[in-house]
Amino acid sequence: MREVNAKQITEVVKKLCIDANLYLGEDVLAAFDRGEKMEESPVGKEMFQQLKENARIAREEKVAMCQDTGLAVVFVELGQEVHIVGGDFNGAINEGVRQGYQEGYLRKSACHCFSRANTKDNTPAVIHLEIIPGDKVKITVAPKGGGSENMSTVTMLSPSEGVEGIKKRVVDWVKQAGSNPCPPVVVGVGIGGTFEQTALMAKKALLRPLGQKNPDPQLAALEQEILTRVNNLGIGPQGLGGRITAMAVHVEMIPCHIASFPMAVNINCHAHRHKEAVI
Amino acid sequence: MSEAIRLKTPLSDADVEKLKAGDKVLLNGVIYTGRDAAHKRLFDLLQEKKPLPVDLKGQVIYYVGPAPAKPGQVIGSAGPTTSGRMDAYSPKLMEMGLKGMIGKGMRKKEVVEAMKKYKAVYFAATGGAGALLAKAIKKAQVVAYEDLGPEAINRLEVEDFPVIVVNDTQGNDLYDEGMRKYAR
Repeated sequence: MREVNAKQITEVVKKLCIDANLYLGEDVLAAFDRGEKMEESPVGKEMFQQLKENARIAREEKVAMCQDTGLAVVFVELGQEVHIVGGDFNGAINEGVRQGYQEGYLRKSACHCFSRANTKDNTPAVIHLEIIPGDKVKITVAPKGGGSENMSTVTMLSPSEGVEGIKKRVVDWVKQAGSNPCPPVVVGVGIGGTFEQTALMAKKALLRPLGQKNPDPQLAALEQEILTRVNNLGIGPQGLGGRITAMAVHVEMIPCHIASFPMAVNINCHAHRHKEAVI
Repeated sequence: MSEAIRLKTPLSDADVEKLKAGDKVLLNGVIYTGRDAAHKRLFDLLQEKKPLPVDLKGQVIYYVGPAPAKPGQVIGSAGPTTSGRMDAYSPKLMEMGLKGMIGKGMRKKEVVEAMKKYKAVYFAATGGAGALLAKAIKKAQVVAYEDLGPEAINRLEVEDFPVIVVNDTQGNDLYDEGMRKYAR
């Protein structure tokens, strides 16, 4: 058994909340460079330049790249040999979110559903826990903005619709989202499992480094085909028309019930924010 | 794309009527922030025929909930939020004299029609470029609904705040036009 103090979890979550909102990943910056070169629309090219400049300002001045610093979605892979001491686990994560959003000058975007009153500290965090072998704790913080999250869906397809049904739903959904989710987007697709599992897979697909293909060649080909079709829509950066509507499509798949064919689409805006650490 | 048009707020009918979908505009002067919760309050006041905390005649509302300012900053990151959520309230505000809205994303047909009727325009600012856009904001002061935190109404003074006209007073739509041009 290895002991990990709850305070350490709080410290790590706090830092990840701040870093994810201030420092855009190298994978995304590289995708901006590629996008700027490939984009045919002059205004689309200009949008990529603005996003690069925005990322530079955020990084150098240590300010949030976007005012929507999201709900804090926290993925934890907890080694089964780890014993958490000195506080409760969920409380430690929420305290990290509280401190990170306060000290990082990040916007608090959590509110009561009916009264819409702000909870004022961006808690509760959304926590997804998985127990894995080993004695380490891997924490990933993925702040999720409302604009892109609103453009997400779960659909229970009929198995008869087949893989073509998946392609059509994703492309139609991105088309319907249009300029709303801050294109150029990253599209996460979950296929299979159950209703709730497929949604979580779509979100987890967004944690992959931007553009890293699924190791299964069939799914990698599906990602490429959907990406091509999405980019043929012409929505373009910021929806102002252009070649690059999505920078990548990430698909994850697991088996499902013989009667079912669940799928989910979770869209990330161009910021594609997430940072991870291992304790 | 043509050279950017420099405009000073408040805007007149003549100012907005000369704007066409696709025009780049640099806004100068005072604009007001307002998003979901503030819109609901303004709308409810109008339903009850009560006065608004801000006179909307000729004004521009920016759909934004800024991040908190760091010490030495005028305002934290301040990029646009999705405009569609304000669609239910916008026609009424245009009727009260609102001339411009800044946000990102599509508007409902009723809102585009109201822009034609009341002579107003919808501008897009670059979604997700909040750190960059904050640079064009020179002063910020809460003028109503402080209890709403990031959703309070702020009076902003802006210099060359960069936007693009999406919907003009003629009913044109840059999102539609742009997509048609590049669709395959």
